[in-house]
Amino acid sequence: MSVAAGPYQAEVTAVEQYERQAARNPWLLLWDRLRKKRLAMLSLAIVIVIYGAGITAPLIAPYSYTEQNLERGLEGPSADHWFGTDRLGRDMFSRVLYSARTTLIVTAAVVLSGTLVLGNFLGLLAGYRGGWVDSLIMRIGDVFASLPGLPMLILLNATLLPRVLQLVGWFEDHTPVSGLSSSGTASYFTVFGALALFSWVGTARLIRAQVLQLRERDFILAAQATGGSTIHIIWRHLLPNVSFLIILEISAVLGAVAGSEILLTWFGVGVQPPNPSFGAMLFEGSGARTFQAHPHLLLVPAAVVTSLMFAFALLGDALNDAVRGR
Amino acid sequence: MAGYIIRRLLWLPVTLLAVSFLTFSIARFGPGDPVTVAAGQIRDQEVLAQIRAERGLDGSIFEQYGRWVNRAVRGDFGESFQQRGYTVREIIFPKMWVSAQLGLVALFIVFGLGIPLGLLAAWLHGTWLDPFIISVLLFLRALPVIVVIPPLIWLFAVRTDILPVGGWDGVFDIWWIGGVIAVPIPDPHLYIPLVALTLPGFAGVARLVRVTALEVYTEDYVRTARAKGIPESRVATRHVLPNSLLPIVTVVGFALVGIVEGAFFTETLLGIPGIGRLTFEAVGSRDYDVILATTVIVAFLFVVMNLVVEIVYSWIDPRVRLGGSAVV
Repeated sequence: MSVAAGPYQAEVTAVEQYERQAARNPWLLLWDRLRKKRLAMLSLAIVIVIYGAGITAPLIAPYSYTEQNLERGLEGPSADHWFGTDRLGRDMFSRVLYSARTTLIVTAAVVLSGTLVLGNFLGLLAGYRGGWVDSLIMRIGDVFASLPGLPMLILLNATLLPRVLQLVGWFEDHTPVSGLSSSGTASYFTVFGALALFSWVGTARLIRAQVLQLRERDFILAAQATGGSTIHIIWRHLLPNVSFLIILEISAVLGAVAGSEILLTWFGVGVQPPNPSFGAMLFEGSGARTFQAHPHLLLVPAAVVTSLMFAFALLGDALNDAVRGR
Repeated sequence: MAGYIIRRLLWLPVTLLAVSFLTFSIARFGPGDPVTVAAGQIRDQEVLAQIRAERGLDGSIFEQYGRWVNRAVRGDFGESFQQRGYTVREIIFPKMWVSAQLGLVALFIVFGLGIPLGLLAAWLHGTWLDPFIISVLLFLRALPVIVVIPPLIWLFAVRTDILPVGGWDGVFDIWWIGGVIAVPIPDPHLYIPLVALTLPGFAGVARLVRVTALEVYTEDYVRTARAKGIPESRVATRHVLPNSLLPIVTVVGFALVGIVEGAFFTETLLGIPGIGRLTFEAVGSRDYDVILATTVIVAFLFVVMNLVVEIVYSWIDPRVRLGGSAVV
């Protein structure tokens, strides 16, 4: 008896300890685990700095992103222009800040609409309701998932963008609203509309799989027995139980969407000039001869983009580990 | 299992139709009515109607789609609106062949390099080299293709003149030894695009192999093998290795997606006459039929390949129950 007590004792205290911690606040627990990972913290800092630069761009940018100075084009980094100037003499530092803003806007919009609203809601609905609702949502998801993402996005943006611009132009002609197409807002909408259309499937599948297990649990039965409506059960009982999954999805989608926007813009079907984007900056600097003569044109945006992508990847890995209790 | 495969095969045409209809409608939604483009200066209603009928652009979108499918299944994707006198088919297929060759070589490298590297990292687990390799791989994956290529071209083609700046000259060159013995060697045009295409892919494969190998090491059968007194090297090669390779089949699809997407940028930057560069040019000149045909063909390949991968996987790993998710 006393021989067996040792290991059992240890097991109980470990479980108890864990439950006490988790009961405190699961988010705090997650944060505690994450905080101990140095690389994750560094990545988080990088993401915060770049996104912070995006948010505060109008305040801290020394120049406007469209301000040209042809006499001072293609200059290397100097005290006036920290990151040098581009072909048209625009300040690269300011353009980097505003490009970060573009990344911020596009990723935030896609994560909000595609992952949080579409992906979550459809996943929860499909998993909880089951039956034909489930089949319909998942079959549509299958079609989207089987499409090659990038070529479809290129096709979608190539055809949609001029239409949207037309529409916006008509809207401006017939209403007092103006400046939508000249400010390039329309091209933003096209880009994140298309990206959101393709980003919800992964989230929906993940959430659905989890909900399929959750809905068999007693607390859902109890909620149903007390007359809880579908919306109530989804909102109050299912959503809190998949919230960690959602965090993981967001971290994965952020990196993918930021990358896609840059690639699309590089290809000429993303955010349209004069709106700044890392994709456009990389494109300008990507010729071999250009790179030989003016390496800063490529290296400046490349460094920012690579560190952002790297940070997203590391952060995603660390979050994964933290959620799984490592 | 047979039932599942048959069900999937029956679904296949439905998925393909949905995919192609979606693509078709998106492409038709594009601006710049192709008919007015084709007619040029002529604004005569009769001529316009005639062109519309010739190109199969009259009637509702469903009628147009029906005619398009009817022709497309026979490999006829119409005439390019931009490159007059050439059919889309004549333009696409030679380019597709170039891309396919490049992609296949890249696929072999992705797995040929990724698998050993992943096993190495797993084997080094517990030393500083494992996290080091993983960080490097994560970094390589984070590096966008469009960032990698210009410095590579500059270094190897502009600065040192070791490799050609771009272009395409087949996969193999023949290297004559003494004018008698022919040795096939990879064409120098291949190196830069291959590095760009394979970097993210092989990093991904290596990471997956590492994770599975580490999991396999904790399995009961590995412990049994060790308990039987089998030497560690044999445990690694006979018990861990084969079981770590199984999930690799599932990422063939992902790897190929990565290569196809990478090809859009690699081919454009390096002037390789493949499908990616064609799409780039078609996007620039709004040649919708070309974009439509490439997207549909690539989408078809994806759908079919996903199915093949799933079937192959269930065949080599009997533990996988197709379609047998625990609930519903």
